[in-house]
Amino acid sequence: MTVELVANQGLPPVADKVENAPLAVRGMTVSYGQKPVVFSVDMTVAEGSMTAIVGPNGAGKSTLLKAALGIVKPLSGQTMVFGQPLPGQRHRIAYVPQRASVDWDFPTRVIDVVLMGLYRELGLLKRVRQPHLDKAMACLERVGMTDFSDRQIGQLSGGQQQRVFLARALAQGADLYLLDEPFAGVDAATEKAIIAVLKGLREEGKTVVAVHHDLATVPEYFDRVFMINTSKIAEGTVAEVFTAENLNKTYGGRLATGQIDQLDLVTG
Amino acid sequence: MLWEAIFLQLGYNATLVTIGACFLGIAAGVTGTFLFLRKRSLVSDAISHATLPGVALAFIVMVSLGGDGRNLIGLLLGSALSAGFGLLCVSWLTRQTRLAEDAAIGSVLSVFFGFGIVLLTVIQSMSSGRQAGLEGFLLGSTAGMLWSDAVVIAVGGALTLAVVLVLRRPMGLVAFDPEFAAANGMNVTRIDLTIMALAMAVTVVGLKIVGLILIVAMLIIPPVSARFWTDRTDRVTLLAGITGGVSGYVGAALSAAAPSVPTGPIIVLVSFAIFAVSLFFAPTRGVLAAVLRHLKFQHRVHMRQGLLALAQGQPIYEKLTLRLLLHAGLARADGVPTETGRARAAKALRDEKRWEVVRTDQAFEGAAALYDGLREIETVLTEDQIGEVDRRIGGPQGVVA
Repeated sequence: MTVELVANQGLPPVADKVENAPLAVRGMTVSYGQKPVVFSVDMTVAEGSMTAIVGPNGAGKSTLLKAALGIVKPLSGQTMVFGQPLPGQRHRIAYVPQRASVDWDFPTRVIDVVLMGLYRELGLLKRVRQPHLDKAMACLERVGMTDFSDRQIGQLSGGQQQRVFLARALAQGADLYLLDEPFAGVDAATEKAIIAVLKGLREEGKTVVAVHHDLATVPEYFDRVFMINTSKIAEGTVAEVFTAENLNKTYGGRLATGQIDQLDLVTG
Repeated sequence: MLWEAIFLQLGYNATLVTIGACFLGIAAGVTGTFLFLRKRSLVSDAISHATLPGVALAFIVMVSLGGDGRNLIGLLLGSALSAGFGLLCVSWLTRQTRLAEDAAIGSVLSVFFGFGIVLLTVIQSMSSGRQAGLEGFLLGSTAGMLWSDAVVIAVGGALTLAVVLVLRRPMGLVAFDPEFAAANGMNVTRIDLTIMALAMAVTVVGLKIVGLILIVAMLIIPPVSARFWTDRTDRVTLLAGITGGVSGYVGAALSAAAPSVPTGPIIVLVSFAIFAVSLFFAPTRGVLAAVLRHLKFQHRVHMRQGLLALAQGQPIYEKLTLRLLLHAGLARADGVPTETGRARAAKALRDEKRWEVVRTDQAFEGAAALYDGLREIETVLTEDQIGEVDRRIGGPQGVVA
């Protein structure tokens, strides 16, 4: 035991794994004005896992994700991606923002939105050619939206819009997928389609992290869970940490006991 | 006179102005598209008003150094400096203080413009200031435009256009989805500043022809007009460029034909004409199309309600419904259905019953979600499924459609 500790510079043996985690957030604090929304959060996402970030409204779920990606400027804290600092690793990350964060009357078509996922490849000047279009169409195919490629995005239903956003992320060909409330306001068919795509990504060895608000589907959809209410409450496999006790800590009594009883929880 | 102006037959100066205005219009329309898409149209108004103190200060500096105060390049440099400073003020006020952008724009615009007017008054009192003609920068003045002025405008416009085309992807992405852009490592603030700096470049270049008060119209009206005709960013950009170019060309030609009218306002009126046509007559997004769509929809609703009323033998009081049924030959003026009317009414009622079955059966959940009272049942169910539904309803099978 001692020998092992020395070999790892005094850190526990899991440290090796942590160091190359797809996403490792350390000491992340974000505040709007004088009130921290996220306070000193550490988060380590396991490779090849599907992680749900859960917590009550305003608990900093989305903010944590945005701060980790540098979309929101944190007060302190850092992000490591696959063991490297974030700036050089952005090509390995695909981000799906909340659907409500954009203006859907924007003059753009479905296929154009998916092509935005290829901008890194296209650079400033390269023309969009057939291979790019084929790639974009293949991504639309995976989310079942090929028939809509020429539509203006405002003509889509909420679920269809969410699928288009997912297709754009797929086009990026990333290793780590971060999604902000991908199931918010979508129909049941879309929810099924999205979860199928995400599980497909996990089977390819990709890592998926999603801000999620429906506790009932956590055990079915995800294998790991990260519970937050301004600071971290718990982090680990669903089997270990998705317990009534942790939920109570996270939601602070805002969940009725009846609701908790209905969840497919680990008991004992 | 007008045709001569359009075909550039009014002499050297008029030709220079017309071609210059056309270039400027293209650059302004294309650049303005990204301001418009980013919903920052009014920033350009702050930028343009902030040019005035720069113009005046540049004049004072050039005169006090013993030079000719009217040197266009010098004046434009001055205007660019003060506009850039105004732009930074708006950007700083918006990001670092609790002021909303509209308040920041309002304060910067008025303060800079006020300061500029004070400086213009000072210049009026200077011995060499009387003939300076700096007021021309307010509304544009093209009399006595020099070849070198035209070259400055053309080169400036072309450079701006080139930069916009190179940066169209990042600027479009930031306009549509700034979070996604930021997640991809783009510096959103810097791209926003670039969009505004390009608008500033157009403003500065356009000062001579259109003047600082109206340049905002050249940046904004073309993309707003273009948006009516298309749902694609690249086409909005292209159409805005064309609209801007045509407005600039035609406007400058018109004002050359009637030299007492300043060029800027005429160009703005021409682009307004294009805007008005787009607003009313554009397919799908135009006002006329929207009204027609609404009327057509209203007729469908009345027709359907009328048929259902006929089928159930209810009296129809709604005048529009009666008129529509009469016009389609489905009912007489007294509301009694004709032969075809009776058949169509029976079909409508039968469809309504079919929908009832569909909407109570879990197996048809997907189809039931599409019910809105108007949708033809044949568009959601196959013939076999309708047959199945009919078997459940019972009654006569072969309804005359």
